[in-house]
Amino acid sequence: MPDTHSASAAMRLEAATPLFSGPNWDYTGLRRVYDAVERIALDELGLDVYPVQVEVITSEQMLDAYASVGLPLMYRHWSFGKRFAYHETLYRKGLQGLAYEIVINSNPCICYIMEENSMTMQTLVIAHAAFGHNHFFKNNYLFRQWTDANGILDYLSFARDYVQKCEERHGAEAVERVLDAAHALKDHGVNRYAHRTKPNLAEERRRAEEWRAHSEATYNDLWRTVPGAGKDKEDPDAAEARLQEIKRELGLPEENLLYLIEKRAPRLEDWQRELVRIVRLISQYFYPQKQTQMMNEGCATFCHYEIMRRLHDKGLITEGSMLEFLHSHSSVVFQPDFDDPRFSGLNPYALGFAMMSDIRRICEEPTDEDREWFPDIAGSGDGYGVLRHAWANYRDESFVLQYLSPAMIRRFRLFHVSDDSTKPALKVEAIHDDVGYRKIRSALSRQYDLSRREPDIQVVDVDLRGDRCLILAHYVHNGVLLEEKSCRAVIRHAATLWGYSVKLLEVDAATDKTLKTYEVAPPG
Amino acid sequence: MNIVDRRPNPKGKSLSNRQRFLARARAEVKSAVQDALRKRKVADVGHGEKVAIPTRGIAEPSFHHSRRTGRAEHVVPGNKEYVRGDEIPRPTGGEGRSGSQGSPDGSGEDAFEFTLSKEEFLDMFFEDLELPDLVKKSLKETFAVDLQRAGYTVTGSPANLSIRRTMRNSMARRISLRRPKAWELEAMREAIDKARARGAEEEAERLLRELERLEHRSKIIPYIDPLDVRYNRFDRVPRPNTEAVMFCLMDVSGSMTEAMKDLAKRFFMLLHVFLIRRYRHVDIVFIRHTSTAEEVDEETFFYSRETGGTVVSTALEKMLEIARARYPTDRWNIYAAQASDGDNYGADSGRCVTLLGGEVLPICQYFAYVEVGDGMGGSLTGLSRDSDLWRAYGEVAPAHSHFVMRRVSDPSQIFSVFHELFSKGGVRA
Repeated sequence: MPDTHSASAAMRLEAATPLFSGPNWDYTGLRRVYDAVERIALDELGLDVYPVQVEVITSEQMLDAYASVGLPLMYRHWSFGKRFAYHETLYRKGLQGLAYEIVINSNPCICYIMEENSMTMQTLVIAHAAFGHNHFFKNNYLFRQWTDANGILDYLSFARDYVQKCEERHGAEAVERVLDAAHALKDHGVNRYAHRTKPNLAEERRRAEEWRAHSEATYNDLWRTVPGAGKDKEDPDAAEARLQEIKRELGLPEENLLYLIEKRAPRLEDWQRELVRIVRLISQYFYPQKQTQMMNEGCATFCHYEIMRRLHDKGLITEGSMLEFLHSHSSVVFQPDFDDPRFSGLNPYALGFAMMSDIRRICEEPTDEDREWFPDIAGSGDGYGVLRHAWANYRDESFVLQYLSPAMIRRFRLFHVSDDSTKPALKVEAIHDDVGYRKIRSALSRQYDLSRREPDIQVVDVDLRGDRCLILAHYVHNGVLLEEKSCRAVIRHAATLWGYSVKLLEVDAATDKTLKTYEVAPPG
Repeated sequence: MNIVDRRPNPKGKSLSNRQRFLARARAEVKSAVQDALRKRKVADVGHGEKVAIPTRGIAEPSFHHSRRTGRAEHVVPGNKEYVRGDEIPRPTGGEGRSGSQGSPDGSGEDAFEFTLSKEEFLDMFFEDLELPDLVKKSLKETFAVDLQRAGYTVTGSPANLSIRRTMRNSMARRISLRRPKAWELEAMREAIDKARARGAEEEAERLLRELERLEHRSKIIPYIDPLDVRYNRFDRVPRPNTEAVMFCLMDVSGSMTEAMKDLAKRFFMLLHVFLIRRYRHVDIVFIRHTSTAEEVDEETFFYSRETGGTVVSTALEKMLEIARARYPTDRWNIYAAQASDGDNYGADSGRCVTLLGGEVLPICQYFAYVEVGDGMGGSLTGLSRDSDLWRAYGEVAPAHSHFVMRRVSDPSQIFSVFHELFSKGGVRA
């Protein structure tokens, strides 16, 4: 940090004593650190955050939190136990360390910190999670549009109780069957475009409770005994009209499989629909996180780096803490090369942090190349402002497309390979040269595009007059089909929920030709 | 900001999820364990490799793209030598790991095989089984002391000096305090000599002063400082003296077929695994008999053929002899399992009963008699008459709750018979 050296020396003259010394943390120390970090975050970086609740947990509780996908409370399901066993095995063998923190997109923003962390790590965690992630959650358009930070905790507690009540009433096995099936479809239980109103989870919860109370209050066992109830004869024309009506109502094609099943599956009971809805809403809650992982981590990493640096410049943390911080920071943002045995894709922390720092550099010390590529922001001088704008209005895909600079491509030595399964070898399409920059940038952006990464599957038809078969289509791009075994398994789950057979067609998006057909009859 | 201490919250939040998960994996664990049992030696079963469970029944499927079809694109970091148009051989396995990203939410983990450790799988295997009469002996147990590693300490006896740890500290300290290295001093001296030879007295003088400074420095920064020294630390943990010996008695006369021996072997294996769950140390004694009995090794026990008559009492005598000589009951828990096809020399059965009731059973924790059939019906149909030995032992059984007898004729029955013998809530003879 040569650029701030002289400034820091001046500041250190009037500097206060360090906020803490030694590795042990205590509550007053945490509070002191929080206040110092908050001043920097709000006044100097201009962050805008939800109020924070810091919760101290043990490593075992951290593993618990891992298991329930990072949420503080969750309904019970064996798959969470599986995740717990998996992480526990890795952790006990020493193959995997635990995260230092987990942060939850809620209002107030809950930030878990581990008791084992040293005071330096707690400072880092507060800067990273309680300010970095928190700012991102509060400001990014996807989170604002799709998640309800005020309601999530109450909704989760409702979901947990509801699932438990269902287990008591209908048996754990029946509940598990529905949840298993809904989980298999959860990636296809999200609305990708905003055509429905913003979720209000408190409202959700009240709705479900009212409905249950109502159905209990008006329940009359006599109705069950009335012969032929609901099966009145209709004349054919009216039936046909009704059919069209229903089809229109279904709003086909529909890409939110769980939504359609919840609303229209002919044989589900109300409690089963509610379970499907719970899975669907939680899936929707996570949808923005999946789309912004790189930015979100980049934002948090950039914030913690800036804040720690400033704390150090002000003399608020000791040289020793700074070294400890830098050690941990540099291992977080480490990017192994593609041929390294440690390689497992692009590290979102590494790329995110590098891009954020790069944007700031472009704003403050642009090169000629930057002026050519980023005329709007190069040399604007307001790095934080540009970053805050990006954090609020982009997701990974669009962010890469907009901001990935040639300097970054060179630094990571990114290259673009195409893998055509009909050819014996992979082909290098572009490398970090003048011809390649744009190609790499758009290819990387596509790689972050969730709608390309996940199969494009839609409900196209329901055979309402015949066997009520649900027909799904997978639109095949570039000839990439679905993985067969898991596909069959998922369709089986879909059939469990739908209650009748389910068919899936693999349709080539370009030619409309059907390439492959799966069909599964409902179990039992 | 609020700070909430969640540490005192009740533990085991995931416990019920974990139980649900294990319940789901149970069928697979059991079949994996049984596969393992089939292949291994008696003593290897318990401390073998781990058994991996495929994730069939615990898979969480989702729609995803197949990597073997169509055309995919990847952007990956770390280009070193490639230029546009280069071809890279497809990584082996055909899955194209380069650049293929796991799904971010961890749903790609279906490929992992969740491994139960030996303890876990045996726990599951024997979850509802219990050793009979474990209590009796545990009252007599004496406690010995074990040493267990417990990190490092700054004080201790020289014998426990941890050289690695000490040298690591010493090296770190020497580097950080910039202690001059021996070769640096040496080089300096040479330089002084050279300077002197050249007649550059002034430079020699300067170097000499420098050398003195360095030498002083290396004196005040010792090579090994008491600060560096670390000792291995050991905790003393008491351990119950639990040693058990398992006698495997088998009839190897001509009437025992290979299939019968295989059945017997499986039974012995299970018993062994079960015992090493409970005891720190388990000895196995193999005694085979025809008309005479001898102690043999495992290989001979199971695989060599003998001919001759059948006198069961010889095996019991041999067992008593060995037990008296090597396994006094105050130190050892004695278990015995006898496998036979039930044939015995007519006049011997009476003697067996006397030996068993009078001498063998009183020193045993448990005695299991397994009569193996050839799966062709035989005595298992219940229609044909009981074997000599079965009838003879039948007289002893009612008086001794730790003596049990069962019949097995098919490998698939082994586990259920074993299960029955050791199920919780006492043994029903």
